[in-house]
Amino acid sequence: MDTVLAPGAPAPDFTLPASPSSTVSLADHRGRPVVLVFYPADWSPVCGDQLALYTELQEEFARFGAQVLGISVDGPWCHAAFTAARNYSIPLLADFEPKGAVARSYGVYAKQGGTTERALFVIDATGIIRWSFVSPMGVNPGADGILAALESLPGVSS
Amino acid sequence: MSLAVAVSATDHVQGDADAKVTLVEYGDYQCPYCGAAYHVVKAVQKHLGRKLRFVFRNFPLNQAHPMAELAAESAEAAAAQGKFWEIHDALYEHQDQLGQPLIEALVERLHLDAKTFEADLESRKFQSRVKHDFMGGVRSGVNGTPGFFINGERYDGSWEEEPLTAALLKAAAA
Repeated sequence: MDTVLAPGAPAPDFTLPASPSSTVSLADHRGRPVVLVFYPADWSPVCGDQLALYTELQEEFARFGAQVLGISVDGPWCHAAFTAARNYSIPLLADFEPKGAVARSYGVYAKQGGTTERALFVIDATGIIRWSFVSPMGVNPGADGILAALESLPGVSS
Repeated sequence: MSLAVAVSATDHVQGDADAKVTLVEYGDYQCPYCGAAYHVVKAVQKHLGRKLRFVFRNFPLNQAHPMAELAAESAEAAAAQGKFWEIHDALYEHQDQLGQPLIEALVERLHLDAKTFEADLESRKFQSRVKHDFMGGVRSGVNGTPGFFINGERYDGSWEEEPLTAALLKAAAA
């Protein structure tokens, strides 16, 4: 496996489809913290729980001014159906073409299964990675690590 | 991961404070896995008897389960009238009918004061309690429901009856 980008590294910029007709760039969010949530696949039960939890916590993340972005190798139409079915409010980005390129740039592409790893990155307002975590594929990493990382960002008053 | 919020007098508890093992569940009344876990917990309680103390805390995933918050606040409203476990059990036993009519029927069946109950739900009196449970769970590393902790440590193993019983017995023997 590639080396997972560690705290202190600049977060590689990217532009990915957020829906069949729109894109999102990491740079759009400069000036606020960003939480990147790489997850292996739409529709698999563990991802579902994880994204449901983060949807539930949108208010908490908003207290830090943080934007949460989900990323998997599924295509934008798949994300659209998944989001509608589960009532998620987190944008899901499609690392679909070239497949997994963004995951590779963060060191979290799992070649064997052809998906991203289950990985979390907290990026500060200046675009520097401040925390990263790779969970075993089948284990939902929860949100406690993300919240602790957001709390420890300099200048954060919550 | 360990429990960020210690078991206290504000919790809903079955069993003795000096029991050898404490099992804490973070649960959602609409989650089908919690519905299955309800029966498992009943079985392990029977198996362990006085060795086990069981605590239930709210962890409603509202976006996924639109009735979960109503159910959680209803259970707290019943708790205020001394009927927490009665409504907790009934909600899980009739999970397939979860909704306003079921809750109204339970208010009647459990002889709750309907006026107080409705006023408590209307004013969202227990919303902050439910939220407090939820955030304590998040801080403890709850990642979905049901989320179990055995003697304060997150239990990531299978919660089928056999492995859960074995884990609890092991904790009781430690």
